[in-house]
Amino acid sequence: MTAPATSSPRAPRRRVRRRAVRSGRVLHLYTVLLIAWLLLPIAVMILFGFNDTHSKQNYRWEGFTLRWYRHLFDKRDLTAALVNSLTIALLSTAISTVIGTAAGLALGRHRFRGRGAANLVLFMAISCPEIVMGASLLSMFVTFNLPRGYPTILAAHVMFSIAFVAVTVRARVVGLDPSVEEAAQDLGAGPWTRFRLVTLPMIMPGVVSGALLAFVLSIDDFVITSFTSGATVTFPLWIYGSTRTGTPPQVNVMGTLICAVGVVVALVSARRNVRRLQADRDARGD
Amino acid sequence: MAGPARRRLAPYLMILPGALWMLAFFLLPLALMVSLSLQTGNLVDGFRQTFHWQNYTDGLSIYGDKFARSLWYALLATLACAVLAYPAAYWIAMHGGRHKSTYLFLVLLPYFVPFVLRIVSWKLVLTDHGPVLGPLRDHGLLPADLHVLDTGFAVVSGLAYNFLPFMVLPVYVALERIDPRVVEAAYDLYASRFQAFRHVILPLSLPGVFAGVIMTFVPMSADYVNAEVLGGPRNTMIGNVIQSEYFANSAYPLASALSFTLMAILLVGIFIYARALGTRDVLEAARR
Repeated sequence: MTAPATSSPRAPRRRVRRRAVRSGRVLHLYTVLLIAWLLLPIAVMILFGFNDTHSKQNYRWEGFTLRWYRHLFDKRDLTAALVNSLTIALLSTAISTVIGTAAGLALGRHRFRGRGAANLVLFMAISCPEIVMGASLLSMFVTFNLPRGYPTILAAHVMFSIAFVAVTVRARVVGLDPSVEEAAQDLGAGPWTRFRLVTLPMIMPGVVSGALLAFVLSIDDFVITSFTSGATVTFPLWIYGSTRTGTPPQVNVMGTLICAVGVVVALVSARRNVRRLQADRDARGD
Repeated sequence: MAGPARRRLAPYLMILPGALWMLAFFLLPLALMVSLSLQTGNLVDGFRQTFHWQNYTDGLSIYGDKFARSLWYALLATLACAVLAYPAAYWIAMHGGRHKSTYLFLVLLPYFVPFVLRIVSWKLVLTDHGPVLGPLRDHGLLPADLHVLDTGFAVVSGLAYNFLPFMVLPVYVALERIDPRVVEAAYDLYASRFQAFRHVILPLSLPGVFAGVIMTFVPMSADYVNAEVLGGPRNTMIGNVIQSEYFANSAYPLASALSFTLMAILLVGIFIYARALGTRDVLEAARR
């Protein structure tokens, strides 16, 4: 008598499970298709870096060639644009990482007057539409009659990067135990020693991801750059300019290489994060 | 020893460079843009402050349709993102198992290619005789007179394509945080799979969707690169107008007024949206 009573609530659950497996499979297929859609243009971009095209338009497959890899830097102005993008990204990352880390530390660790306002400014800077930022910077340069060029692009990139670095570092600092630093202080470490040997290693993951984010945002940026660039051309600006006349295959090759480097860097830093988490867990003994 | 005094000063010294930079290149420009938006003049004679509010009414009356179109395109693309992203985020969060981070990485992979190049590649996909539509057309799978490029659909699809990961991530985070025991409890209480989803999982994941809507809608409505590259001259958005008023026409006051109007519309929209849904949820989810 008891057997059916206990199995009757089980039966529908087993059916639920079986349906769960089936709908899981459908959703799995869907997810794979969605990712395929997201990757389709990237695949097309990579493929057309190998296209043996002879016209200015690069949209018909005409056979495989490595020509564009061999002659990657033949277009002087394109190469110059890429170099501009890379140096601006490196410089703005270096500057914004230092300034943003200091700001993120202050915001995450200390309570002080103006902290709420500073947090609000960061939130505004991150959520402000790019075109508004670009337009306002241009308005300022017009108002003060400042010539636009490399320095103004750099200043703008440092500005939006500071916000992202500060927020990333702040998030890392908030999750830390302040007693470690207090211990260092009790053991007689001065502020600079304490920062170098204790605080900085602890916030390093936040600093590194902030710096990576800053680099990617800078090299990727089109809108703000176009409002602050004057006659200076960056890689995205050059591509945009080429869309009317036809984008040459070298652009595809450069995009492919940028993507490859980005993927390698992301995988390496992800692996290091995993290893660090593992080490943390081991240290805690669980 | 100026120990305590120094410690009190420390946070100010640490934040000073960042504060100055944000003041000089974010807040001051915004203020100057507002000021410029009320001026009159031209490039040759210079601009003077005349509190010419007409720049705003002119902007709205001349370009009201462009504002409307921007918001409409952004709304369509946001809805498309939400509908497309939710099932995938759900599957990755609930069934991804060991491969969760691999799938998320693949979703984010397009961001390793610069934004403009991504759009150019999407244009290649949508080109009539390009590598994707071309063969389909040659095999009679598409009507010969179908043109995708230079349509509103092309713009909306480009927006959705470019910002989809911004929807997947917050929805994924919200779903991932759901305690599996809560879902188990629903099943134990004889909920069907649909009921468990409808009454437990969906409500718990909505803050992620709300955050995703903000993270996609705001940049989409202000975007002009998709419209420029994919939409041709007949499907321009307000961003295209602002851009050309600044650069082609040097109508700085009008362009500033348009930029500020766009920002105001978005701010008011976010505020109403957050109010309607409960401010805490949206802001909290957006902060993650």
